[in-house]
Amino acid sequence: MEKPLMSSASLSAALIDIRDLSIGFTGRNGQTLPVLRNINLQVRAGESLGLVGESGSGKSTLALAAMGYLKRGLRVLGGHVQFDGTELFGLPRQKLEKIRGGRLALIPQNSGQSLTPSLRIGAQLAEALRLHSNLPAAAHPARIQALLTHVRLPDPQTIVLRYPHELSGGQQQRVAIAMALAGEPEALLLDEPTTGLDVTTQAHILELLRDLARETGMAMVYVSHDLGAIARVCDRVVVMYAGEIAMVGSTRQVLRDPGHPYARGLLASIPKLADARLPVALDGRPPAPGGAGEGCAFVPRCVIAQEICQTNRPMLEETPNGDLVRCHRPSLARTLPIRAESDAAPRGEIGDADALVLDRMAISYARPGLFDGLLRKRAGGALPATVDDITLTLRQGETLGLVGESGSGKSTILKSIAGLLAPVGGAIQFGDGAALPGLVDGRTPDQLRKIQLIFQNPDESLNPRQTVAEILAQPLGLYFGLKGQALLERSAELLERVRLGAHYLDRLPNQLSGGEKQRVAIARAFAAQPDLVLCDEVTSALDVSVQAAVLDLLDALRRDQGTTYIFVSHDLAVVRALSDRVAVLYQGRLCEVGPAAAVYGAPSHPYTEVLLGAVLEPDPDTAPTLSADDVIELAPPAQGCAFQRRCPRKLGGVCDTDTPPWRVDRATGHAIRCHIDRSAL
Amino acid sequence: MRDAAPTSPVARAVVLRKNPFAGFLGVLRDIIRRPSGAVGVALVTTHVVLALISPMIAPFDYRAINSFSMLTGPGPEHWLGTDHLGRDTLSRTLLGGREALLVTGIATPLAVLWGGFVGIFFGLVGGRLDEVLMRLVDAFLSLPWILKMLVLIVTFGTGLGVLIPTLAFFYGIPVIRIARAATHDVVARDFVQAARARGHGRMTIIVRELLPNVRDALLVEGAMRWSWMLLAFSSLSFLGFGVSPPTPDWGLMIADARGFMSFAPWGVLAPVIALSSLIIGINLTADALAKALGIDRAQKAPV
Repeated sequence: MEKPLMSSASLSAALIDIRDLSIGFTGRNGQTLPVLRNINLQVRAGESLGLVGESGSGKSTLALAAMGYLKRGLRVLGGHVQFDGTELFGLPRQKLEKIRGGRLALIPQNSGQSLTPSLRIGAQLAEALRLHSNLPAAAHPARIQALLTHVRLPDPQTIVLRYPHELSGGQQQRVAIAMALAGEPEALLLDEPTTGLDVTTQAHILELLRDLARETGMAMVYVSHDLGAIARVCDRVVVMYAGEIAMVGSTRQVLRDPGHPYARGLLASIPKLADARLPVALDGRPPAPGGAGEGCAFVPRCVIAQEICQTNRPMLEETPNGDLVRCHRPSLARTLPIRAESDAAPRGEIGDADALVLDRMAISYARPGLFDGLLRKRAGGALPATVDDITLTLRQGETLGLVGESGSGKSTILKSIAGLLAPVGGAIQFGDGAALPGLVDGRTPDQLRKIQLIFQNPDESLNPRQTVAEILAQPLGLYFGLKGQALLERSAELLERVRLGAHYLDRLPNQLSGGEKQRVAIARAFAAQPDLVLCDEVTSALDVSVQAAVLDLLDALRRDQGTTYIFVSHDLAVVRALSDRVAVLYQGRLCEVGPAAAVYGAPSHPYTEVLLGAVLEPDPDTAPTLSADDVIELAPPAQGCAFQRRCPRKLGGVCDTDTPPWRVDRATGHAIRCHIDRSAL
Repeated sequence: MRDAAPTSPVARAVVLRKNPFAGFLGVLRDIIRRPSGAVGVALVTTHVVLALISPMIAPFDYRAINSFSMLTGPGPEHWLGTDHLGRDTLSRTLLGGREALLVTGIATPLAVLWGGFVGIFFGLVGGRLDEVLMRLVDAFLSLPWILKMLVLIVTFGTGLGVLIPTLAFFYGIPVIRIARAATHDVVARDFVQAARARGHGRMTIIVRELLPNVRDALLVEGAMRWSWMLLAFSSLSFLGFGVSPPTPDWGLMIADARGFMSFAPWGVLAPVIALSSLIIGINLTADALAKALGIDRAQKAPV
């Protein structure tokens, strides 16, 4: 029904050809609910195509359908998927298996889980070669070495003998890429291949993929919610919304000046590293499958929606700018902002009183405690403390951002402040200067009430068996003794404050979207009327558009109530948007502390520099700087600087033996812990 | 923020609308919809109903000894024949499940309650105490159950007052393991951490956070324990340690009739079929219950 999206510039035939494809499932009441609607998409040989959209937009379903694969319960409602002229749906299993994994390979999101845990890396690669290449078995070992070198794994001879769990997340992902390359595929499908990896690792993997695509001439279909990653790898971007293609254009067109209001909203909701302002939230959520009306699917969230948009479904049409847009008013859409336009929102008053003082705090997992089943670190007698020498002061109403890679001890510090993990050294001082007992059992009810923790994943932090009313009743009953009508009124009021309504009270968590769940978790924390709220990666499980709304909510709450935040995140742009001051952690040791602007500017600690360099911006013209390798260390060094093993600016022996001094700028309070002088950093 | 006043009636209406039995009825419907569940529930219901009404429908007095019609085969008068004392097998089979159902019906919930509570508590507390307890449980489970039970019964005598606590005690021990394992999975989750960080007491955490998430596993375990307990009870009766004659009981009937099995098989077959059908029914129900509660499959519903 719509014309195929073949750019006129290209003359080569499409490698993957999807025509008028619709996929759906049967709902509870027997009606057919579409997940993908009339998709027309062609991927040419050697092209790398990005698929972006919020969760539920159908991007993963489309990528898997391009392999002739459907998740359980889904079925093809109409249309064709052809790979190099062969129709994939309806192809006998044996023939399909010849194509899949060989000519058409998939790299899944969590490759740690897709590798067989009980097989050595070499054996897994040999199996891939046996199934998908024509090489004689004698040539396999050499080919395995070549593949591992190709994906830039250090020391391939040793890697083949390792088991998957002995490798870091980034190394596992590289092995998965090597396996996918074993059959010398013509097309590679990547389903969020870097989600869940550290920024530095992510940047390295993306550079590898980019180079591989150039060298081998493979076509790539790259599914991601991360426009920064798309910007780095893809030539062309497809924006998905509610199972439809909302727009298609070159990466530059989509990221610089897209013609669809949804794409513009998505861009505006991404926090930018160079911008201290809060991103603009894209309100509302996409319709459920089958929930889109007669007109445009984006209408309920569109700020420029007009009458025609309510009644007529727009077609995907080429605009004067050369991109294809499914919108009745693309030229009007182009007037919408794609970044925050307002001045920085006024920050709340930062008082003079100290809200929290951490004095040389040290935390160790060496003694097994009640909850150490949760923790990844292994206990060991002689190991240095996991977190050591943390000295920080927070003022009333201030927001401190805590950044670092996974394993840097960010969450551990929050757990310790919340009283779930006793520090082994140092002291915590809270509020009026009284020392805070290490564990919850020793704290007064008032101290417990005033410190609240919000977790990363609301699926884990909300009891799936409790309704929203029961969830909110916990703190309200415990701290204020509220019951009956007073409890209901207060709960309803809290829900209003997090921009949900009282009608959410009888819902269970699995009836809520990710963003709604996190709002309930926030409402639960604020039910206690806390002075200090500890936010542990609170937006990292959410879509960007939802993330912007949650950041905005957190900002409004702190302005209303003068709350002090500690905001932990691995995402430097998110931290920038919310924090007054930022502390950078490496291996449980502070590297740099100071006002946000100073930490993000020069001079900075070599580690901060590495982190900032690896951040991917949704901009086709920026490239990450990769100045250090992405090896994850297992334990902090016993002496000297924590960053000694990866530091690109290491001086020599002094870094290995001596703890570096704090170099403080008296005017701003910006402090860097390094042997190199401030002027040289 | 909007005006708080109009929200309160809404809030009240919202919470009052909740039906506490909705979940239970939903699960029941889900069980019956599965073929195995439908058969299981039908068998168990039939047995329970028969146990309740059997005194009214039994054609003969179960004690009536008739020396002129010993070991007669099934016929128009005695549908399932008679035993070596000339008592009606049908009447005795109908009545023979009453004691078993009564004893196990009380002992099973008791076993799940105490085993479940101990398991959840030690799953939450963890540490050395937990380790010591689990080794004790292991040691206990390594002994043959019949030996343990006979020791107690020989010491304290038979009768319901001994049988019920004994069965409840022994069958609560494997429940400890299940409850502890299920609790371990839940304790590691953030909502329990959140409750701890808020400063809730251990009992509140057990009742509000852990129990609702462990409940399903305990229900299924309870159903399984019920069928094991029925077998144990019948075995004790068979050995002469359960109910005492002339009270009719399947285990006892099998013991009495096995000597005549070669020429009067109905005396053994009737109680065997009755006992087996009840145990099969319970097992099928437990299986369907586990599936309905999503315990043995992925927690997430498709799409």
